[in-house]
Amino acid sequence: MDLDTLLSFEWGVMAPEFIILGVATLLSIIDLFMKRESSRKPLAWMAGAGVLAALVSIFLQLDHEVTSILYDTYRLDSFSKAFKILLLLGTLLVLVLASNYKKEDLEENRGEFYYLLLAALLGAMMMASSADLITLFVGLELLSLASYIMAGLERKNKRSNESAFKYVVSGGIATAITLFGMSYVFGLTGETNLFKIAENMGEVELLKHGFLLVFAFIITFAGLTFKIAAAPLHMWAPDVYEGAPVPVTAFLSVVSKIAGFVIMLRFIIITFIAAAGIDGDPLLLQVQPYIMALAAATMIIGNVTALRQRNIKRMFAYSSIAQAGYILVPFVSNSSLLFELIWFYLLAYLFMNIGAFTVIQLLTSQERSNDVSVFRGLYRRSPWLAVPMTFFLLSLAGIPVTAGFIGKFGIFMGALGLQPAHYWLAAVMMATTLVSYVYYFNIIAIMFFRDEEEAKVSVPPGMAAVLAFCTASILILGVMPDLALDFFYGNFDVNEFFMRIEDEVHTHTH
Amino acid sequence: MNTWLLSILIFSPLLGVLVLIFTPSHDERSIKWIGILGTLFPLGTAIVTLSAFNMSGGGLQLTERFQWVSYEVFQSKGEVSYPILYEVGVNGLSMVLILLTAVVSVLAAIASFSIKQNWKSYFILFFLLEMGMLGVFAAQNLFLFFIFFEITLIPMFFLIGRWGYLEKEKAAYSFLIYNGVGSAILLIAFVAMFMKTGTMNFEQLAYTFALPQSELNQMLITKNFKMGMLIALLVAFAVKLPVAPLHSWMVRVHVQAPPPVVMIHSGILLKIGAYGLIVFGAGLFPDQFRSLAFIVGLFGVINLLYGAFLAITQTDVKRVLAYSSVSHMGIVLIGLAAVNEAGMTGAVFQVVSHGLISALLFFLVGVLYERAGSSELRTFGGVAKRMPIFAGVMLAGGLASLGLPGMSGFISEFMAFLGLFEEMPILAAVGTLGLILTAVYVLRAVLSITFGAEKELPNAYDLSPTERIPAFALLAAILFIGIYPAWLSDMLRPTLDAILLGLGG
Repeated sequence: MDLDTLLSFEWGVMAPEFIILGVATLLSIIDLFMKRESSRKPLAWMAGAGVLAALVSIFLQLDHEVTSILYDTYRLDSFSKAFKILLLLGTLLVLVLASNYKKEDLEENRGEFYYLLLAALLGAMMMASSADLITLFVGLELLSLASYIMAGLERKNKRSNESAFKYVVSGGIATAITLFGMSYVFGLTGETNLFKIAENMGEVELLKHGFLLVFAFIITFAGLTFKIAAAPLHMWAPDVYEGAPVPVTAFLSVVSKIAGFVIMLRFIIITFIAAAGIDGDPLLLQVQPYIMALAAATMIIGNVTALRQRNIKRMFAYSSIAQAGYILVPFVSNSSLLFELIWFYLLAYLFMNIGAFTVIQLLTSQERSNDVSVFRGLYRRSPWLAVPMTFFLLSLAGIPVTAGFIGKFGIFMGALGLQPAHYWLAAVMMATTLVSYVYYFNIIAIMFFRDEEEAKVSVPPGMAAVLAFCTASILILGVMPDLALDFFYGNFDVNEFFMRIEDEVHTHTH
Repeated sequence: MNTWLLSILIFSPLLGVLVLIFTPSHDERSIKWIGILGTLFPLGTAIVTLSAFNMSGGGLQLTERFQWVSYEVFQSKGEVSYPILYEVGVNGLSMVLILLTAVVSVLAAIASFSIKQNWKSYFILFFLLEMGMLGVFAAQNLFLFFIFFEITLIPMFFLIGRWGYLEKEKAAYSFLIYNGVGSAILLIAFVAMFMKTGTMNFEQLAYTFALPQSELNQMLITKNFKMGMLIALLVAFAVKLPVAPLHSWMVRVHVQAPPPVVMIHSGILLKIGAYGLIVFGAGLFPDQFRSLAFIVGLFGVINLLYGAFLAITQTDVKRVLAYSSVSHMGIVLIGLAAVNEAGMTGAVFQVVSHGLISALLFFLVGVLYERAGSSELRTFGGVAKRMPIFAGVMLAGGLASLGLPGMSGFISEFMAFLGLFEEMPILAAVGTLGLILTAVYVLRAVLSITFGAEKELPNAYDLSPTERIPAFALLAAILFIGIYPAWLSDMLRPTLDAILLGLGG
């Protein structure tokens, strides 16, 4: 590649990534020159401004046509835009949490959190925009490595250290599994570009190796479940969520999970959509029972284990495992609603989970305990915390008038809409949702039914803004889901996802 | 008339919520007044709606519909849209139930004097509950119905769990989980029907399911699918009604919840189960319903006898009444099982009549509990001496409950059994035993409280003026329906005729 080729690329489409990269670099330099004891809050503001700018630049790109630069390692299409909005929005809210995070025993000012967070975000955004195995993997690793360090950011906290270590070890294993699966895909097709892989999948030669393809799918899918914390690689979540600082937990449970779904959609849907499995039958149909089993297992494990948790962060870890299980359901039915269902559910999930973690952060840091009893009598003490928390929990439980219900309803439509309808999966989802009522409403009961005269909880203005924003979003999307759906249909065209850009467009013209 | 009328009616309780939010929580007097006025506004709107309602006209009236949620679905057969609309409307049946809701809500709000703490949040939840109930009866599509159905669950959970008696949390949980099971089944059935037919509207669904089988085959709707849907719906609403093996939650709620909430619960919320059975069970799948009629009737008789038998053995008035509700809901099933005009009319009459009677009796038990701090039968005796008006109303309510002619309970039981005797005489004959048992437990409970040796009761003063309003109003309504049932049956006839036409009866 010579300089002319390099310059011929339309670099402008990468504006959001450049902004994040630039701000992250800037922050790391500023952090070096700041006095040790001075507050790192300005860094949070700058990081927030950077994320906001990236968000704005994506909105400016909404009308931009599908563009691919660097030979499809970077794509600007509806899919990447739709999911990058979620990633950026989630990170923005996490930043507010982080800037208000106080821990008595944390005497140092940690500036690196902010640029690590941005680095992780950059990795996630690359995954959303990439259609090449190599860059997908690099994005995944960038996200993972930054997350490992963030989990262990409280150096003097044993739990945090343990959490980081567990995360690194299990993350490494998951990465190895993913790579192993991808190597099969590469070996069979000889390509790293997803579209070319898909093209080669149709070759007659491959029909003989249907078994290997199915094997590759199973291995890669299993490896990718790590990031979304679904079965079989979900076991890290409770330990890591428990030990990591709350903002990091919020990040892992929301942004990192969204990124996990992004890479799953990219990799699996593009490459395997037309692939033939054993005996030449469509592969995605053949592996349906496998995905179904994983989804069902995730929902059951998450919800049933959450029942026994007293530690609020562990409970939310299992809750987020269960939520990942719900979002796996559309993968099974694989209907044409796939993208909007997952997008809408993740949008709702973003608001309800970050909202809940905001309340959790306020309570656990004030009471210095992670026990669920920190919620005791919250309605009496701080009704303005208890009421939003109730809405977050209702939404997580999928009760109407919240965004969570609309999301679940959509997933049901997807599961029951196609032939054959997946009644069993829908029943498992409904039954486990019912189980989830027990622990979600247990928190509500503790907040409302147990009176306790304890100190009020002070809410910094930033946190109050996050709470208000999340509550309003959940209710508005619950009553008028068309606001989000119309935005999705109006600005994003799902077909762009599959649209291959001819290479010639970007070769240099002398 | 204004087409927005029904929406105004459904959301009218929200006005009370709005006002309450801006009322300081220490101002108890204003809050109580807002609580009562806030339920009067929906009642007023309901009366306006009634006047706009054409009594003799069939079909849906005062309908409103607009686009709400739109998923764009592309399928191999082309683009199929699955629009979810906001659709409300009333027919005779839902009009009657809306009126019942509005009336019982006002009286329950007045009866809320017995609530001791946290008035503000209590009334906010109370209004949300009322909105949910009104919405359930006005909704004309599955989505909307389900949403309002679930909206009633959450305020109830709080009302039971926060303001109830000793084992309130347990009762709240068992309410939540049992009803959660019901709505889970309901949701799966609703979505399955929606995805098969592409519509959620009641009328369109009924029309689609009534198409000849050859056309249905093209939509992949088999007979088994219809039967499966009907069974799912029956089970879901059987939890709500409740039907015999699934009734334990309801007894717990009736014992533990505060009296005004029990008035609402037993008076209206249980009726959602009956409403669902009529509208979805008999209305959507008439043929299948007919073939299951015997089982429905069997469960009806079991409910009737089992509830009555247990009511006889109870020592707590609340439990007697709770099991009496189980028993009386059996009569609804018996009426439905008859699948003829008399039976259907009886079932609907029983819904309305039991709504009024149980609201009255639970109100009176609340008054007793207020005075004595207990609802054990042995604490009371000879109450009539010190509280004559109370005793009189209680006796009248009891007589209505056991079906004395001239009261609303008589008409409904008579019609329901009349219907069933035509179709399944043996089952009906067994069922009539329940009527005797009813007389036994009602008289045992009422008489042992009001008459007999007078027992020491610390605060035995008669009904206060505020307490008289709900008592007399409910009694008047019971007598009115008992003496002049035509008013109700005229309103119901077009709706019932339409359902019966589907049933081919």
